[in-house]
Amino acid sequence: MTSVSTSRPAVADAPAPAVPRSPRLSRRHREWIAAALFLAPDALGLLVFVAVPMVLSVVLGFFQVSGFGSYRWIGLGNYRRMMNDPLFWDSMRITGLYVVILVPVLFCVSLGLGLLAKQKLPGIGVFRTALFMPYVISLVVVGLLWKFLLDDQVGAVNRAMRSAGFGAHSWLGDPHLALGSVIAITVWVMMGYYMIIFLAGLQEIPAEYYEAARIDGAGPWRSFRSITWPLLRPTSFFVLLMSTVAALTGGLDMIFVLTGGGPANGTSLAIFYIYQQAFVFGEFGYASAMGSFLVLIMVIVSAVIFALTRGGRFDDGE
Amino acid sequence: MASETATATATEPRQAVPGGRGRGGRLRGGRIGLVVLAAVLAVLAVLPLLYMVTGSLKTRDQVTDGKLIPHHVTWHNYQYVFTQVPFTRYLLNSFFISAVVTIAALFFHSMAAYALARLRFPGRDVLFGAIFATLLVTAPVVLIPLFLVARQLHLLDSYAGLIIPAIFNAFGIFLLRQFYLGLPRELEEAAVIDGCGYWRVYWSVVLPLSRPILAALAVFFFLANWNAFVWPLVATNNPDLTVVQLGISAFQSQYTSNWNYILAAATVAAIPMLVLFFAFQRQIVESIKTSGLK
Repeated sequence: MTSVSTSRPAVADAPAPAVPRSPRLSRRHREWIAAALFLAPDALGLLVFVAVPMVLSVVLGFFQVSGFGSYRWIGLGNYRRMMNDPLFWDSMRITGLYVVILVPVLFCVSLGLGLLAKQKLPGIGVFRTALFMPYVISLVVVGLLWKFLLDDQVGAVNRAMRSAGFGAHSWLGDPHLALGSVIAITVWVMMGYYMIIFLAGLQEIPAEYYEAARIDGAGPWRSFRSITWPLLRPTSFFVLLMSTVAALTGGLDMIFVLTGGGPANGTSLAIFYIYQQAFVFGEFGYASAMGSFLVLIMVIVSAVIFALTRGGRFDDGE
Repeated sequence: MASETATATATEPRQAVPGGRGRGGRLRGGRIGLVVLAAVLAVLAVLPLLYMVTGSLKTRDQVTDGKLIPHHVTWHNYQYVFTQVPFTRYLLNSFFISAVVTIAALFFHSMAAYALARLRFPGRDVLFGAIFATLLVTAPVVLIPLFLVARQLHLLDSYAGLIIPAIFNAFGIFLLRQFYLGLPRELEEAAVIDGCGYWRVYWSVVLPLSRPILAALAVFFFLANWNAFVWPLVATNNPDLTVVQLGISAFQSQYTSNWNYILAAATVAAIPMLVLFFAFQRQIVESIKTSGLK
C-alpha cells in the first residue's frame, strides 16, 4: 500500500507509460497481450511438466520401453500382462485394504480432533500445535523414526508393551500387522492436517444454532446429528475425497523407507509396485499401463464419492 | 482404539459448546475431562518426535534403552553425522533447491493468478478450468512420464532438473486467484487512472497487497520441497546433488542399527521444518483453512 502512494507521483509525471508504448493497439488487445505474458511461464510449465506427462502416461501404456529409451508399440500387451500378474493384483488388494481402513479411521479421528480443537479450553492452542507437528516432518524421517520405535527387540513400543504385560509383536515384520502399522503411522502424520480442515468447517457453523438446540432441550448427540453433521457436509466431502485420492496414490516415500514393500509384499501398495517396475526393473511401459489403470480406479472412486455425497451439497429435501 | 476416541470426542464436546463457561458441576466436570483428553492426545502426538530428539542425544549403548530422558547427554552423534557424511552439502542442496523453487513458484503463480483474476481475455474460463484440472493429477502418478520428459530435456542429474519440474503446481495459482478475486478493485483502478501499465499494477499494487498469502504459500512450498524424496531419488545419481531426505535415507541403510546416528541425522533434517512451522504457524493454518473451504 505504501509503495503505491510513494510511486504514484513519479508515474503521474511520466506521460502515462502504458499508453504510448503501442499506439496502434486498442486497450482490449493490450490486455490480451498482457494476460498472455503473465500466464506464459506457468502455462508452459504446467503443459510440459504436468499435462504432457499425464497424456504420455496413457500413451506409454501401449508401448514397450527399454531402459535406453527405445519405444515399441505393443498395443494391449502391457494390459494383458497386467491382467495375468498376480503380484499386481496382490498390490491392488493391499491398496484396497489400505484405503478402506485408512480413510474412515482418518476421517473419524480427524473429525473428533476437530471437535475437540473447537472447544474453548485452556491451552487448546498448544493442543492444535502438538497435533499438527507430525505433518511438517518429512515422510522419510517419519519412516526412520517409526522403524526405530517399532523395532522388534529394542523399540520403545515393544518395551512398553512388554512392561505392560501385553507381550511384544513384530509390528513391521509380521505380514498380518505390517499394513496396520503403516496405516496407524499415516493416521498419526495426517490427522493434524485434516483436523484443521474440520475445524475450519466447524467454525463456519453459527453458534446460535447450538444455542437454539440447547434451549429446545437437545442433548449433545442430538445437536451433533441435527446441526453439526448436516452443516459439515461440504467439509466432510472434501476430506473424504482428498484422503481417498491421497491414499490410492500416496505413501510411496514412507513405504520405501519403512518396509520396502515387505514383509512378504504385505505392504507393497500398487504405487510402490509400479515404482519398482519402472525404476528398479526399467519396465516403463508396463508401469505406465498399471499407473493408468490406477488413475482409472481413482477417477471411478472419486465419481462414486461425488455421487454418494451429492458433491458435498447440503440436503435440499429436508 | 482410534474410532473409540473419535466417538468419545464427537459426543462429549457438545456439552461444553452450548453451555460455555461451566454452568453447574456436571458441565465443569465435562470440561476438566476434555482438558485431560486434549492433554493426553497432545502428548501422544508429540511423544514419537520427542523420542527422536532425545534419542539423538544418547550414546550408542543407551539409545535403545526405551527411556525418553537420556541418562547422559552427548552431542557426539551430531558431530559424527556431519563429519562422516557430507551432511552440510545435503542441507545446502536442499536449502538452495527449496528456496529457488519457492521464489520462482510465488513469482510465476502470482503473475498467472493476477491475469486469471483481473484481466479480460478470450478463453479465460477454459484456461482456468484446464489449470484447475491439473490439480487432480497427483505427483506419483506422473512420476514415470515426468522422468522420461526430464530425460528428453537433459534435466536429469542437474540442479535444473530438481528445480524446474517442482515449480509448476496449480495449487498456488488457485489459492492466489481466490485471494485476488477478494481484493478491492479500487486500488488497481486508481493506479490505472494514474497511467500504470499492467506490469506496474501487478508489481506495485497487487504484490504488496498479497504479502500475507505469499508468506503462507512460501512456507508451504519450502516445506514440500525440503521434504521431497521420490523425485530427487529418481532424477539424480550424482552424489554432489544429494538432497537431505535422500541423504538420511542412504545414511540409514548404511548405518542400519546405529540408531543414535540415524536419529541425529533425522533430527537435523526435521528441525528446520519445525522451526519454520513454529514461526509461521498462523499463516500455515489459515492457508489450509482457505484451501479446504473454497
